[in-house]
Amino acid sequence: MKKAGILMIIGSALLLGLFFFPLWHIHLIAPQYPEGLGMNIHIYDIEGVEEFDLANIDMLNHYIGMKTIPKAHEMWEFTVFPIVVGGMAAIGIILGFLGFLKKINPKAFLGWLITMGVLGLLGMYDFNQWLLDYGTDLDPNASIRLLDADGNPMTYKPPLIGHVKLLNFDVDSWPHTGAYLMFVGLILVFLAYLIGIKKYKKV
Amino acid sequence: MKRIFRLFGLALATSAIISCTPGGANGNSSSSSKKSAAEKAYVAPGEYDEYYGFLSGGFSGQVYAYGFPSARLLKILPVFSQDPQSGYGYSEETKPMLETSYGFIPWDDLHHPDISQTNGELDGRWVFANANNTPRIARISLTDFETQEIIEIPNSAGNHNSAFVTENTEYVVAGTRFGVPIPQKDMPIKDYKGNFQASTSFISVDQETGAMDLAFQIRLPGFNYDLAHPGRDKSHGWMFFTTYNTEEAHTLLEVNSAERDKDFITAINWKKAEEYIKEGKGKIEKAKYAHNVFDSQTHTATSTMKDEVLVLDPAELPGIVYFIPSAKSPHGVDVDPTGEYIVSNGKLSANVVVHSFSKIKEAIDNENFVDEVYGIPILDFDETLAGIVEQPGIGPLHTEFDERGNAYTTFFISSEIVKWDVKTQEILDRHDVYYSPGHLSIPGGNSRKPDGKYLLSMNKITKDRYLPVGPEMNQPGQLFDISGDKMEMILDFPMIGEPHYASMIHADKIKDKSRKIYRLSSENDHERVVKSSKDVRIERDGKNVHVYMGMIRSHFNPDNIEGIKMGDKVHFHITNMEQDFDIPHGFAVMGANNSELLIVPGQTKTLVWEPQDVGIYPFYCTDFCSALHQEMQGYIRVSPEDSDIELSWSLDDDVHTN
Repeated sequence: MKKAGILMIIGSALLLGLFFFPLWHIHLIAPQYPEGLGMNIHIYDIEGVEEFDLANIDMLNHYIGMKTIPKAHEMWEFTVFPIVVGGMAAIGIILGFLGFLKKINPKAFLGWLITMGVLGLLGMYDFNQWLLDYGTDLDPNASIRLLDADGNPMTYKPPLIGHVKLLNFDVDSWPHTGAYLMFVGLILVFLAYLIGIKKYKKV
Repeated sequence: MKRIFRLFGLALATSAIISCTPGGANGNSSSSSKKSAAEKAYVAPGEYDEYYGFLSGGFSGQVYAYGFPSARLLKILPVFSQDPQSGYGYSEETKPMLETSYGFIPWDDLHHPDISQTNGELDGRWVFANANNTPRIARISLTDFETQEIIEIPNSAGNHNSAFVTENTEYVVAGTRFGVPIPQKDMPIKDYKGNFQASTSFISVDQETGAMDLAFQIRLPGFNYDLAHPGRDKSHGWMFFTTYNTEEAHTLLEVNSAERDKDFITAINWKKAEEYIKEGKGKIEKAKYAHNVFDSQTHTATSTMKDEVLVLDPAELPGIVYFIPSAKSPHGVDVDPTGEYIVSNGKLSANVVVHSFSKIKEAIDNENFVDEVYGIPILDFDETLAGIVEQPGIGPLHTEFDERGNAYTTFFISSEIVKWDVKTQEILDRHDVYYSPGHLSIPGGNSRKPDGKYLLSMNKITKDRYLPVGPEMNQPGQLFDISGDKMEMILDFPMIGEPHYASMIHADKIKDKSRKIYRLSSENDHERVVKSSKDVRIERDGKNVHVYMGMIRSHFNPDNIEGIKMGDKVHFHITNMEQDFDIPHGFAVMGANNSELLIVPGQTKTLVWEPQDVGIYPFYCTDFCSALHQEMQGYIRVSPEDSDIELSWSLDDDVHTN
């Protein structure tokens, strides 16, 4: 159970990586931007990869009527996400510590994992909703208004994950370091549960 | 088995040594000999050139940044000439750059760009260049690729032997080609001899900022001082000048200055001059000269008139100046990378004379002088001689060096470049050029650390080289691969203006520090900058109307202006508010009597416009900035002088008045 407790502590502590590294990364490349423009999505903010990337993405997007990239105070998510992630990490660490002291049923680890999974899925859903809104709620007076192959007004939703071609831009959207650390953390928590439950049953 | 490995290892080591021997020092020269000329000069689309070359434009007053070996023109850098494209010399911010003691001068003849050095090696901080006609020195930043400073040189006429840089950029040298009365006065020209004088000027350079200062001048007899070369390595601390018309002729110089069989190399010990200055020797004299500085933080130039210069008289202060008899009417004087060999290219002589610095030093130490003129000792020709390149060609003008002990000399009359061994003066190779070369340039070829892969020959006569374009043609530049034993011509291209000299440098020393934008938040302290739309406004100050305008894809703010009246002087202070690399915007207004403005991201420039008649005048962006560039335009309304229309400005529905 000691081992399981340590894994639980490490696993949930890895969530804290989200305070230091981006969760997600969207990269745009166009003929006019061979080096690309990038935005790093943190749980507390969206930042440009280079100093003026966000301003320049906004600059280009205004032609097609997209809203500007939200600042931290403009989205409730940037306030709530850090609390949720920080809280879950704290709870996980406490659970791990109790596990280490053998004062808890390892099923609590599984409970934490499921809660985290549900919250994560909700977060992803919310993120996708934002991308949808960002890419489709366009200014009707935009100077460039295009139709897609079916004759519908063109929209510009960046992919949640993967690559898409939007006008002259190749857009790539992938998890970043913070997300990978979280995934590793979740696996560690699952291992903690497996190891813990084995020992727990023996006892 | 072990033995085989050992042999294999030996073979590898040997091949490594072979590929590192001179001639193969650049790695690909062994393969380069197999490449065709076209392949050697070819830089594929999207690839970078290996070297920058800064070619002077001569009478264009500009410097051209090229990439080599492709000879692609990268940028035109206005220096001593107004440039209606960028607005240099037309914008209110840059007009002070062309101020002189003679007033505003829109042109000059730019001859010799030279890149700053550290420990005798090109360092890529600045390019210095000289104005020949109205003596000046300019400093161009290799971060911004803009002219940042111009200092006028008083007590001089024809600043030809300039702007050469000492090996730690302690000084940039300026000189005098035409003897003149110093100070200037009204006198008969025929009384030249003994009455006209010359100056060499040492301009100090601040190692942090590059700021120039006329540190001191050395007063010289009124000979004609043609070219200069700072000592290198062992001869560091000395400056050498070719000196012709030692006859002091004032008319028909083509005959009268060619009487003597020998002219001089003037050797100046500037370290000795510094010692005298420390001792308080030298006189402060009155002299009027302009010092113009462009501040890249305020994006604004200021011109200050200076009034004093420190002058040293070598007749009174021994040990500063010596005359070394040399080849007749020498043109270029060139010092090899070791500093020992001083090559005198006697343009009217059949030989190239090579002086030895250690012999010169010995003759001076032993006071082995044959004569003196105007109180300056003359050394013995034979005592200073290292050797003579016998019958190399006709009309030698300039020599540069590689790092393998070779010298390359241009011959104007026989139209060729000759490669010879500096130590033995043995001729190794020769190649025709088309036609009549002046200067030549090897990257670092005038420094302690040449990078002898390419050689550029800048020729004076074009004739049949390119498609005819009327009586006046661009001059030919011809590029050689000199990495092998034989020089190989790999490219022939027309250059702009008259490139007298070029300074070439490996691209790695410059490319990564080249500026992309000016940060509006921290790199623009222009007093009339527009940092956000809140700063947009128009202010009237009597007849002067100041428009604080911003430009960003794809509009001007404001783009409608009313309330301008006849007799007004409209100052457009325009900021490019972009913070994105390579998004310049232009500004042009109908009827402007000056130029357009080309403004890079984060920069502010000012154009003054004086409307000539009432009406509605359009202004627009001249640089295709974006898909909606053609929509980037506006109107300014000019009303009669007695009109009561209020000053107002607007963008879309956002209308403002004071």
